[in-house]
Amino acid sequence: MPKEQANWSPYDNNGGSCVAVAGADYCVIAADTRMSTGYNILTRDYSKICKLADKCVMASSGFQADVKALQKHLAARHLIYQHQHNKQMSCPAMAQLLSNTLYYKRFFPYYSFNVLGGLDNEGKGCVFTYDAVGSYEKVGYSSQGSGSTLIMPFLDNQLKSPSPLLLPAQDAVTPLAEAEAIDLVKTVFALASERDIYTGDKLEIVVINADGIRREYMDLRKD
Amino acid sequence: MFRNQYDTDVTTWSPAGRLFQVEYAMEAVKQGSAAIGLRSKTHVVLGCVNKANSELSSHQKKIFKVDDHIGVAIAGLTADGRVLSRYMRNECINYSFTYDSPLPVGRLVVQLADKAQVCTQRSWKRPYGVGLLVAGLDESGAHLYYNCPSGNYFEYQAFAIGSRSQAAKTYLERRFESFRDTTRDDLVKDALMAIRETLQGETLKSSVCTVAVVGVGEPFHVLDQGTVQQMIDAFEIVAEQEGPAAEPDVDSGQEASAEPEPEQGAAAGEGVAPMDI
Repeated sequence: MPKEQANWSPYDNNGGSCVAVAGADYCVIAADTRMSTGYNILTRDYSKICKLADKCVMASSGFQADVKALQKHLAARHLIYQHQHNKQMSCPAMAQLLSNTLYYKRFFPYYSFNVLGGLDNEGKGCVFTYDAVGSYEKVGYSSQGSGSTLIMPFLDNQLKSPSPLLLPAQDAVTPLAEAEAIDLVKTVFALASERDIYTGDKLEIVVINADGIRREYMDLRKD
Repeated sequence: MFRNQYDTDVTTWSPAGRLFQVEYAMEAVKQGSAAIGLRSKTHVVLGCVNKANSELSSHQKKIFKVDDHIGVAIAGLTADGRVLSRYMRNECINYSFTYDSPLPVGRLVVQLADKAQVCTQRSWKRPYGVGLLVAGLDESGAHLYYNCPSGNYFEYQAFAIGSRSQAAKTYLERRFESFRDTTRDDLVKDALMAIRETLQGETLKSSVCTVAVVGVGEPFHVLDQGTVQQMIDAFEIVAEQEGPAAEPDVDSGQEASAEPEPEQGAAAGEGVAPMDI
């Protein structure tokens, strides 16, 4: 008798796209606010961005229930870190923690595609990009989610990053100014909203720099 | 309290119905350097004396932040206190994770008390040798609790524990009625005055004490030395002007402070088993 298959899945994909761009002294993290399932929209106003530490913000697309659980887990670990070390976690430290947390569930993964953005210990922008099981890399820019196939080649074209394998190591951060980077991100989401049905409604942009964290919104196509 | 044949195990009762090991654990609290707590309707202040082993060493940390709305000051075996703080922090984090709201202080102290009680009823354990002043804010207002090694806990308007705490308690007993409606800054000043009482002659400086505050709209935090020194300077001038009017009445045999609310109906009146204080 052929083996019975499960007729349900523990996962769902709520769609959406995330982008992060690192600059010399800032970091821009953006994500759309549409949450969907199948061909339906669940809500037009859902934030995929979570502040994990003072200088560290994560944007995640994928299965939002897993994303929420992951965010709560990291927030709890950050509290413990603060109690023990009397200071906030740095972005690189959080990056490693996120990787370990994801790999911990290697055999029942968080269906969460993450980009981590923030300032490193010297105040320079940094972006880390992940897969669902914790493989990560420090890069100058990245995108994840349903629109990433449309967005990533455009970012590659505009922000061409030197290979991380080069010696001597070259700076991955973009030489663009903060305002220019934000404009680029807005363009990129307008671009993705045109053809990706899961990206649209509203764009949430978070900018981290030496002055702190600020948030901006922009309308996107609602269709 | 003398050595006797019933004090070897924590699981041995004496004929008078006492557990001597637990009482000895409470003695350890009295040996630690002083810690005080006082509360108003909206704020709670914790203070402690910084005692260093020698001139060469740093002082031990006696005030711990447990969560944004809860902090604790300890007296006794600081190592035990550290471990219990870690437990309290964990409980707060787990509660927030599950219920997305801050752990009510009253719930935390019960959990702490139950944890302490376990150590009074296992032959392979020993009681925690630390007294905890738990200061916190929740929906029902500002709270100050005292948890002792016996597993009892009480709520207080103001309290002091550790060595030479009686002097502070006497000061607090005189002043506690005004605490409820006082301002945050006055509450901190009262805490500093109470600490000064335990120093018995030694000059009160910010390097000798640590003060922490939690209140409505003010997450738990330890005040930095600069701020503390400023407050000390401010009221020392006033105190000199007023003259030495404040002389402590020697209240011996009194309960530590007003409004203790013993949870398990402890027979405080007998004065035989000092489990309550």
